[in-house]
Amino acid sequence: MSNEHAANGHGHADPHAHGADHGHGHDDHIHPAPTNPLFKYVFSTDHKVIGIQFLFSGLIFFVVGGLLAMAIRWQLAWPWKPMPFMARFMPSWAENGYLMPPEWYNKLFTMHGSVMIFFVIIPLLTGAFGNFLIPLMIGARDMAFPKLNMFSYWFMPPAMIAMANAFMVPGGAPESGWTSYPTLSNSFTSTPGSYEAQTWWLISLLFAGVSSLMGSINYITTIIMLRAPGMKLFRMPMTVWALFITAILQAFALPVLTSALVMQLLDRVAGTNFFSPAGWVVANGPAVVGGGLPLLWQHLFWFYSHPAVYIMILPGMGMVSDIIATFSRKPLFGYKPMVFAIAGIAGLGFIVWGHHMFQSGMNPALGATFMLSTMMIALPSAIKVFNWLGTMWGGRLQFTSSMLNAISFVAMFIIGGLSGIFMAATPVDMHIHDTYFIVAHIHYVLFGGSTFAIFAAIIFWFPKMFGRMMNEPLGKLHFLLTFIFFNGTFFLMHIIGMHGHPRRIADPTVYEYLRGTGTMGLNQFMTLSAFGLGLSQLIFAFNFLYSIFAGPKAPANPWHANSLEWVATDSPPPYFNFEKIPTVYHAPYEYSVPGMENDYVPQTQPLPEPTAHTVVEKA
Amino acid sequence: MAHAAAIPVNPGTLATSGPKVQGPPVTAGKVAMWLFLATEIMFFTGLIGTYIVLRAGSPATAYSDKFSPNQIPKDVAVVAPDAKLYNWPLPYDAHTNPLSIDLTAFNTFILICSSVSMVRALAAIQKGDKKKLTAWLFVTVLFGSFFLGVQVYEYRSLMFEHIYPKGVSATGHFTPDVSLFASCFFTMTGFHGAHVAGGVFMLICLLLQSLRGTYTQTHHSSVELIGLYWHFVDLVWIILFTVVYLI
Repeated sequence: MSNEHAANGHGHADPHAHGADHGHGHDDHIHPAPTNPLFKYVFSTDHKVIGIQFLFSGLIFFVVGGLLAMAIRWQLAWPWKPMPFMARFMPSWAENGYLMPPEWYNKLFTMHGSVMIFFVIIPLLTGAFGNFLIPLMIGARDMAFPKLNMFSYWFMPPAMIAMANAFMVPGGAPESGWTSYPTLSNSFTSTPGSYEAQTWWLISLLFAGVSSLMGSINYITTIIMLRAPGMKLFRMPMTVWALFITAILQAFALPVLTSALVMQLLDRVAGTNFFSPAGWVVANGPAVVGGGLPLLWQHLFWFYSHPAVYIMILPGMGMVSDIIATFSRKPLFGYKPMVFAIAGIAGLGFIVWGHHMFQSGMNPALGATFMLSTMMIALPSAIKVFNWLGTMWGGRLQFTSSMLNAISFVAMFIIGGLSGIFMAATPVDMHIHDTYFIVAHIHYVLFGGSTFAIFAAIIFWFPKMFGRMMNEPLGKLHFLLTFIFFNGTFFLMHIIGMHGHPRRIADPTVYEYLRGTGTMGLNQFMTLSAFGLGLSQLIFAFNFLYSIFAGPKAPANPWHANSLEWVATDSPPPYFNFEKIPTVYHAPYEYSVPGMENDYVPQTQPLPEPTAHTVVEKA
Repeated sequence: MAHAAAIPVNPGTLATSGPKVQGPPVTAGKVAMWLFLATEIMFFTGLIGTYIVLRAGSPATAYSDKFSPNQIPKDVAVVAPDAKLYNWPLPYDAHTNPLSIDLTAFNTFILICSSVSMVRALAAIQKGDKKKLTAWLFVTVLFGSFFLGVQVYEYRSLMFEHIYPKGVSATGHFTPDVSLFASCFFTMTGFHGAHVAGGVFMLICLLLQSLRGTYTQTHHSSVELIGLYWHFVDLVWIILFTVVYLI
């Protein structure tokens, strides 16, 4: 009854919902393509263009975050040696012989973490692939709210500018880590980076958060409302399922971070007392009335940021599931358990935040419950890993560069997942808390996991995005070098972490037990590997940029996959996505169906009768 | 872009041949509005949860009728044996609590009335009565603006006009920095006030549209959606009023 354009913002409200038998499709009208390049490529409402905008800005920030990491590694391997190239950028370091000032190390890891998490991994996974893939995979012409989608991208540039500005304000970039714990973060006088830059950091994250919120509301609504005829929930590709559950996580967890960011911002600019202790003075700064609880920030922050680590891995899991099934030419092993496992991880993700705070002075009894719930996450994670292995088992594996990245996602996720269980156990955590062990863990999950998934997904969907194929030999070379250098960089961190090497320390040699050639030798080896890792990405960058302009033209379905974006439209798709909204007959994993001519059955093609019965039931 | 294909014809007829679509029988706008309200609930949960935790964690000697918040001497039992100590300002206790519950109770009543008038507005247009829609929207805008006016008046007297006893504030004025209670009060009511202001702005847009006769019996989902938001803002206030003023 109330299906008006005015409120829906757009006429894409589902045309078929009201009755299949009288095709009143006026709601499904197709807008003419914008001709003005400003609206075609910049302020576009087309989900594909917005997805590619997120992709490019994410990759640009990936370079920024990577360079920050290189600087961190330089300092760790050769503490207080003049940093190469920096003379040109840092004239103020001249008096110090171009040595890095100690607080600069804190700025580096703070900004490395913030940039990589809030401007690379989350925007790439949910912004780029969420936008690009959801409408194409469920058979919709666009998102439910294309304008809201445009705004969700254009809330990112203010966030990026605020974050970049944080480098330039007096005192330099923030120094309180990407977790931004008070009391370091909420007093102007605690460190140079807290003088002004911390405020910009908070503003930046507020903008990025609003962008994510708009995106996730849009994704959920789109998936609920705009699925093509026949696209039942349990016929959706795993990618869509993962993005759907991720969007729910984001919608429910992120507002809490927003409230925490607002409170820290008010603490800094309006003199409120949420996170400052009673009668608190720092470094001869002005006294505050205080009375608040610094620990409260940690609870609020991790209430978002633990679900956020699943926001950063679940979309990767979904995409890897699709990629592995496609290149194994086998149905995904255990489709429904995979969905429930993702939902289980997401659900448990809300009740485990305290495992970040075992050593914070939190009540140990509370820590025990967090330990238990955290360890329960191993169950759905193991279901996923075994199902990926089950999918590959006995398949006709095609080792394309995309598949290699996807397989290494599975392998690295196992290592990252296992080291996570170490941390989850409170007694073990006492030893490895705040050491390089946790740094190894987070990078095995976020680089070994999410970033390999991003590489796999970029190569896999590149033909759909740009209509051209990426170069396979270069892709394999990039994969091989990345894989080797990645492990060379991060695996050794487990070892020095067990040895007690603290994280977030500019100069490990201040400690006697870290001064030896063992630790420092490993540090130097890791740094060389990290430089190799950074240089290997040049191959990817070249392959990516060259292929956009000069790669071989891609057919509509180069990988012989089943889901709608491959079988129902061109590469790249027209702005209206589908000439006809396709009809879906089964889940997208019908590979190697016995008795069929091809080894894949597109979702738009009904299964032959006897097979249809058995396969659909199984799915 | 290699799509030389002509703009396709309306595909609505396709639904007759294939299986039916799987969407639920609601509009996308409503789904999105409920999701938005869910995010808002989580945002206010963050604020209210913070309030509860901070209040529970506030030491028993944080407030007193004789000393400024958090500036009570350690040897208070010797220095001022008759001083009353609280962990949090109590309602109607003029020594520590500057809030006027009577004024805000009246204001709460006004906001609840505005929810009623919003319901009447929606009911009117559902019957196709455009004039009543305009009238009730006008009443809702009036109530909403009145609520905001009272809140501004309250803030002004708290922050600038009245001089409060020591137990409320060391400076004599009740501003966000004088105590934890003040920080919580201004943040929670301030964000709620901002939501009311946004709601009043949207209601004014609705009112202008309804004056132009945009909404009809079958075409009024904006009224419904903004009504949902307005009721949400009202509900949040009832919780905030209870938590901040009454308990």
